[in-house]
Amino acid sequence: MEVFSFLVSGIFTALEPINIGLILIGVTVGLFIGAMPGLGSVNGVAILLPVTFLVPPASAIIFLAAIYYGAMYGGAISSVTLGIPGASTAVATTFDGRPLALQGRASLALVTAALASFVGGTVATVFFTLFAPLLATVALNFGPPEIFALMLLAFATFVGLGGDDIPKTIFSICFGLVLATVGFDTISGEPRLVLFDIQGFLRGIGFIVLAIGVYGIGEMLWTIEQTRGEITTTNPKMTAKGLVSDTKEAVRRGWKGTWIGSLLGFFVGVLPAAGATPGSLMSYGVAKMVSKTPHEYGNGSPDGVAAPEAANNSASTGAMLPMLTLGIPGSPTTAILLGGMVIWGLTPGPRLFVDQSEFVWGLIGSFYISNLAAVLINLAFIPLFVWMLRMPFTILAPLIFMLSIVGGFAASRSMHDLWLIVIFGIGAFFLRKFDYPLAPAVLAIVLGPIAEPTMRQSLLLSSGDPMIFFTRPVAGPITVIAIFLILLPAFKILRRKREAAAN
Amino acid sequence: MRQGEISLAGLLALFSLYLMWKSAELPIGYISGKGPGGGFWPFWLSLGMLLSCLAIAWNWWRGKSPASVSDEPLMDAFGWRTVISVGGGIVAFVALISAVSMYGAVAFFLIYYLHFLGRHSWLLTLSLALVLPIGLFLFFEGAMQISMPQGLPFTQPFFDVMYDIIY
Repeated sequence: MEVFSFLVSGIFTALEPINIGLILIGVTVGLFIGAMPGLGSVNGVAILLPVTFLVPPASAIIFLAAIYYGAMYGGAISSVTLGIPGASTAVATTFDGRPLALQGRASLALVTAALASFVGGTVATVFFTLFAPLLATVALNFGPPEIFALMLLAFATFVGLGGDDIPKTIFSICFGLVLATVGFDTISGEPRLVLFDIQGFLRGIGFIVLAIGVYGIGEMLWTIEQTRGEITTTNPKMTAKGLVSDTKEAVRRGWKGTWIGSLLGFFVGVLPAAGATPGSLMSYGVAKMVSKTPHEYGNGSPDGVAAPEAANNSASTGAMLPMLTLGIPGSPTTAILLGGMVIWGLTPGPRLFVDQSEFVWGLIGSFYISNLAAVLINLAFIPLFVWMLRMPFTILAPLIFMLSIVGGFAASRSMHDLWLIVIFGIGAFFLRKFDYPLAPAVLAIVLGPIAEPTMRQSLLLSSGDPMIFFTRPVAGPITVIAIFLILLPAFKILRRKREAAAN
Repeated sequence: MRQGEISLAGLLALFSLYLMWKSAELPIGYISGKGPGGGFWPFWLSLGMLLSCLAIAWNWWRGKSPASVSDEPLMDAFGWRTVISVGGGIVAFVALISAVSMYGAVAFFLIYYLHFLGRHSWLLTLSLALVLPIGLFLFFEGAMQISMPQGLPFTQPFFDVMYDIIY
């Protein structure tokens, strides 16, 4: 009951005129920043942090959290309409969101993404409200072996993502993982894989460089070559009646993915260093694994849009939990929020809930309000985003190329990275021509920078003994499940061969 | 397609070998009591890439992949022309950034694509080539505080005027 009264007072704090105004502005700004390829919540929060010194701390963090929420909703927009995952958290949304857009069903994809994000964010906020201190303790017990086991599980859930050609899929995964190692060895601090001794590689290769190259340039070149420049999307129409029927269809065909994403996303998001990206990827993988129609995934399944979108919103709320209760940021955005709190004179940690309860509950109350505001604002803007797709392809294509290059530079501020985007784009076009699946490479470059250091930190902890991944109470079962899932396709092939031989 | 499949696998195998050699600049083995060295992870993954290329070549030899049994050309003349004109436009776009600034390069790219490839009218082309770079400038430099490349000194008067507007 005490929690409930705190929550009600928190919601009233969030509903104060200044706070509700900041929520509406924050969500709208975040939505558009998130929709821009190359920009994400971290840009919005970082840029607008100085603005928050003009308002009280509670209003300041409510504003930043609203931007964070808006940007998480916005990530789906570029994935669906442009086919470019603007942020790593929206990679999995592209897999089914883009095919739906190409079928002229962009509005269904966007409505599904908005509703799933709303459910994901709300479920996570309820968990946050009820179990914050308890979950923070659980999260604290996740060390490098557990995180590595989790990464292994994320890869395992994606084994089925590649095409039928297993060597090409394995090549793609290894390629993405190798690219993630370029730059510096994080353990010894020595330069590593500085390709052709070009100094630009010392900066490493970011996820966004490969993603924009593959999806923004390679995929577009492939589409233009295949369709000979003709319009590729069926003319999407957007009417009020259509929005209602899309909403009904999104609920009917996306509920399963939404729930998987909401639950899984939150628990992965809570873990320090994991965050929304592995959460959304794992949710997509699990939703596909448990689906009765897995063949629909990758071809425009609403569940395939709902699972990662619910998960990335749920995980974003989850990532706030270790930040507030333990002072450990789970993502770059929460790191900036943490910095803001310190500047405002607040000390994150277990005492925060006691010493600054008005601030904390005001923030939690704002999660509920921000979520509601975000879904309404997002739905209101869907006609605008769908309208973009009605442009002739000879206008849309140069706009996508332009946004890829400008967004690519905005993300990295490096001409070296822009050239890499072009090289990856042209390379991806030829690889695509020969049926090399590229999604596994993009996933690998996202998860690689978490997987390798945690593996090596674990082995340093165990003096090089790999049994650490099997003997720890949490890491052990996760590792075993991951290995089982990785080997599952091989078992299936063997069983099929045995059955064929028996027949 | 058949020739292309094996040529691409060969190129990727060579690249994998290069990555293995480059990874070996750091210890690639298992250091007793410490776990893997700095080159361990990329070296063995590059070996994985190389083995995958060998498997692709083996499948090509047995005619197991669609490309390995296809007599079709990789692309016809129209396809090559399209890819070269669009891909070349993107390369020129990026090359121009250092000379005429990001916004100038955007304008030139839009003129090239919209008018010469897309066959749109000069009115539409020039409107978009003018409005979009200015819109991008206001968004990135004004709202997001992100500076884009400004090219050679002759573009400076444009930036002076624009900065006067936003500041």
